[in-house]
Amino acid sequence: MRVRITRRGGTAQMSWLLSAAVTSGCLAAALALSGGRSKAYTAYSLAVHKASAIPAFARKYGLRCSACHTVWPELNAFGQRFKDNGYQLGNDRDSPMWQSPAYWPIAMRTTPQWHLESTTHQITDAAPAGKTLSQTGFDLSGVDFLLLGTLHKNITFGLVPTLDADGTTGLEAAFVRFDNLGQSPWANLKVGKFELDNLLSEKRFTWLSNNGGFLYAYHYLPSGSANNFGFGDNQIGAEFSGHSFNSYTRYSVALLTTDDGEPGLPGGKSMDAMFTLSQAFAPGGGLGPQRVGVFGYLGHRPTTFETVVGAPIPGTGAGNKSFYRIGATAQLWLGNLELLPLVSHAQDDAALGPGPEKPTWNNALLEAHYVATPRFMVQGRYELTRMSTQGDPATPQTLGDADAFALGFRYYPFMISRDGMALHGEFAMTRTTGTAPLSGDGSGVDPADPATKVWSRSLLLAFDFAF
Amino acid sequence: MRSHTRWLAVVSGWGVLLCAAGGGAAPARAQESHIGGMTGHAAAAKPLYERYCAGCHGDEGDARGENAQWIDPKPRDFTMAVFKCRSTPTGTLPTDADLFDAVTRGFVTTNMPPWVALTPGNRADLVAYIKTFSPKWKTGHAGTPITIPPEPALSIESMRHGRDLFQKMECWKCHGTSGHGDGPSAATLTDNKDLPIHPYDFSSGSRFMCGVTNRDLYKIFMTGLDGTPMPSFADDIKPADGWDLVHFLRTLQPLDTPEARMWKAWLATHAQELKPIGPPGTGQ
Repeated sequence: MRVRITRRGGTAQMSWLLSAAVTSGCLAAALALSGGRSKAYTAYSLAVHKASAIPAFARKYGLRCSACHTVWPELNAFGQRFKDNGYQLGNDRDSPMWQSPAYWPIAMRTTPQWHLESTTHQITDAAPAGKTLSQTGFDLSGVDFLLLGTLHKNITFGLVPTLDADGTTGLEAAFVRFDNLGQSPWANLKVGKFELDNLLSEKRFTWLSNNGGFLYAYHYLPSGSANNFGFGDNQIGAEFSGHSFNSYTRYSVALLTTDDGEPGLPGGKSMDAMFTLSQAFAPGGGLGPQRVGVFGYLGHRPTTFETVVGAPIPGTGAGNKSFYRIGATAQLWLGNLELLPLVSHAQDDAALGPGPEKPTWNNALLEAHYVATPRFMVQGRYELTRMSTQGDPATPQTLGDADAFALGFRYYPFMISRDGMALHGEFAMTRTTGTAPLSGDGSGVDPADPATKVWSRSLLLAFDFAF
Repeated sequence: MRSHTRWLAVVSGWGVLLCAAGGGAAPARAQESHIGGMTGHAAAAKPLYERYCAGCHGDEGDARGENAQWIDPKPRDFTMAVFKCRSTPTGTLPTDADLFDAVTRGFVTTNMPPWVALTPGNRADLVAYIKTFSPKWKTGHAGTPITIPPEPALSIESMRHGRDLFQKMECWKCHGTSGHGDGPSAATLTDNKDLPIHPYDFSSGSRFMCGVTNRDLYKIFMTGLDGTPMPSFADDIKPADGWDLVHFLRTLQPLDTPEARMWKAWLATHAQELKPIGPPGTGQ
């Protein structure tokens, strides 16, 4: 039987065929790499909330998701400017006073999914020498409630309560932002809990699996470290930022509590500081401008506390010891191909563990998105982390080294200005030396031999939707 | 079975021919735009148009995007090739630069945002694509931009003359005697699609839809806003008089402009010299 295919139908069918091919490839690769085992062992969850695709804005302004997102949730240049402007288009209709009283600035996002996780060299009661453990099944991601908008012209708010699949609640973000101070886009002040101004945003990630949805560049800590800092974690503090009219030039400086975003002042009394600076250029074609940027974070962590009956009193930390992260990143377009390279260098004070030396490490990653259409994207990423100085000189140089690879696609069956849904497929794997991968929920067990290479693999098929 | 196959072949052949004929009748999409030294290509802009524009303006540029029903004012219907903000005389097509500026600037108080964050190349491509929706772009050319004389020095005389023109040209009928957009005709105005339209309220302090500068304001009433009741006054007032009108209109805005400062200072001691604005018999 011949089926007549219209032009649009043909395009959709091609997309489906391509999706199916990529999915099948990922499935085959995962099954091969995991040895086909499927016995569950450890409960994984999507611990990092990927929060920010916000159909409430699409509904408020009547724009399709694709206006602000390369593919949601990743921001494009227009979306970045919209965010920089305090989630305002600047059409003199941004204040809620201009909205229908029925409008409610809330969106919800969740991701029903099937996924497979597999980690090698895991010690169990029955296998003290270690074995490969695999687990698979249908799962939930939890729910993000995205409440963001304007309280008034040039006064923005953000509130992101989260509900994990196990019922745990959290507060991912809560801030108020004063925009365009002195009528200038160069002066904006944000106070509260918020995502750091990372050009490569982990909150607007297009990766969802345990291994793929995790950047070592943003979360890596040496084995035995007492530090708790993660670039990808939302932090509490104040951020002063600014941008040119088209947001091609951007900067931010922030003062942050030393608690890695934990409320209640459990850490010390000093402050961390962060800066970012980026510049975009628009030569020739490409789906967006070419942007390059640098970032740096100088932090402190207390090493002593006031105590009562021997127990530390939260918020009284002293004896601060410093750490820093510096790096450079870019967002480059070659036609519809987006390249996101990032390099970073990190060092912790020796007092933050685990030995007499200052642990130092380097990271590099390259992420690529091929945005075939506004509704279909194929992506890949390779990331490597290398220890350059171990805190404990007796530790093997390679302990904690990590390589991470991910491949995936996202297909959006429709594109309207009310909500969004994506069919998401992803395969990701991580290889760490002498330690369990930090990805997943971290419940893996380090191998006995520090030279052992541990592989962790994720395969995920999901319906990612936001309304 | 063989007969069935033959019929299928015949029908398929006709289908191919009809499709080819249909394709030939459709508006050519291989158009370009030229903005300064930049060339935009319509062929490159289809996915950009789908991404950024089609939700309101519709896949066919006919202002029937899925979101159009919720928008007020309605999105531009590109198939009509009638555009408000131009540098060209009323009734003519705008220049590519006019369309480029409109895409870049957006339209204040509407759902059309400033797309300034898009690369200039992307915007130029979109301008080329917009021009594929109407055959007018194939049969006609953009008008010649009007000549705008240099802005004269600001003076009370200029603003008073502008005020006289505001009365004489009956601007108050729509914009109101104080520029609040509440003139006697305001409630009856419709656009070229018979949809209600509101005259600009100067007291809102909002930017003008076609720009923010005095030069932009001059262009608005010398070219008119095609598709709206706002006519061109190019045939009714001298070019130099246009600047007087600009200077007076600025005094109607609650903004700290040189015009407003000078007018306010003069008004403090000379208000009694002014006749009220309005219909004949109200003091004129």
